[in-house]
Amino acid sequence: MWEVIRRWFDPAELGSVGETPDYRFSLANERTFLAWLRTGLALVGGGLAAAQFLPPLPMSHLREVIAVALLLLGAAVAIRAVDHWARTERAIRLGQELPASRFPAILALAVGVGALLLVVAVLMRAIGGR
Amino acid sequence: MSTGRDPGLQPERTRLAWRRTLLAVTVVTVLAVRLASTGDPTGALIAGGAVLVWGALLVLCWPRGTGTGPARTGGRTLPLVTAGTVVLALLGVLLVLRGLW
Repeated sequence: MWEVIRRWFDPAELGSVGETPDYRFSLANERTFLAWLRTGLALVGGGLAAAQFLPPLPMSHLREVIAVALLLLGAAVAIRAVDHWARTERAIRLGQELPASRFPAILALAVGVGALLLVVAVLMRAIGGR
Repeated sequence: MSTGRDPGLQPERTRLAWRRTLLAVTVVTVLAVRLASTGDPTGALIAGGAVLVWGALLVLCWPRGTGTGPARTGGRTLPLVTAGTVVLALLGVLLVLRGLW
């Protein structure tokens, strides 16, 4: 794991494999990284907003659980973004297939399930809170 | 594949993406400082940490979002910006957990 992290911070190592591609491919890869990073930042921002703007919820500490879950998901998205960027850059330089990833599907499922759970929580409050 | 016009747009789009990212970082920092501002020393310390991370990300992202001509790609800036985002998330976790005690 430390070897992988060391590689992210070592651009010379990444630049030593394969051939330097058309710079537009590298720029597109970088923009994809930035888009994922902003997705992570949006989740972090959502967690911070949930912690301070949500009213008290029916289950104790549910607000805190939602906030921490969003914050950790945001951090995970950011880390995965740089890892995927490095693997894609390597693949482009070596002329290989771009790395496949299950991450978008997993993230979509997590966000979908989380949203459904919140719908249940809101309905519980609407029915029970009268 | 290559036309005369495309190469000029790619660096520009990438610069704009860096600016949007810096904007998102700023919004997250403002939210973190607001959540931390409860008047106690721990909150002030975490708020200070968030502002420091914001300053570091500002220094990192600004050169990538400005200028004309060919854009730089890759480098250590990407993992460093990721690290800053992770630190902001962890400061947020500290803030939420602090509210439980």
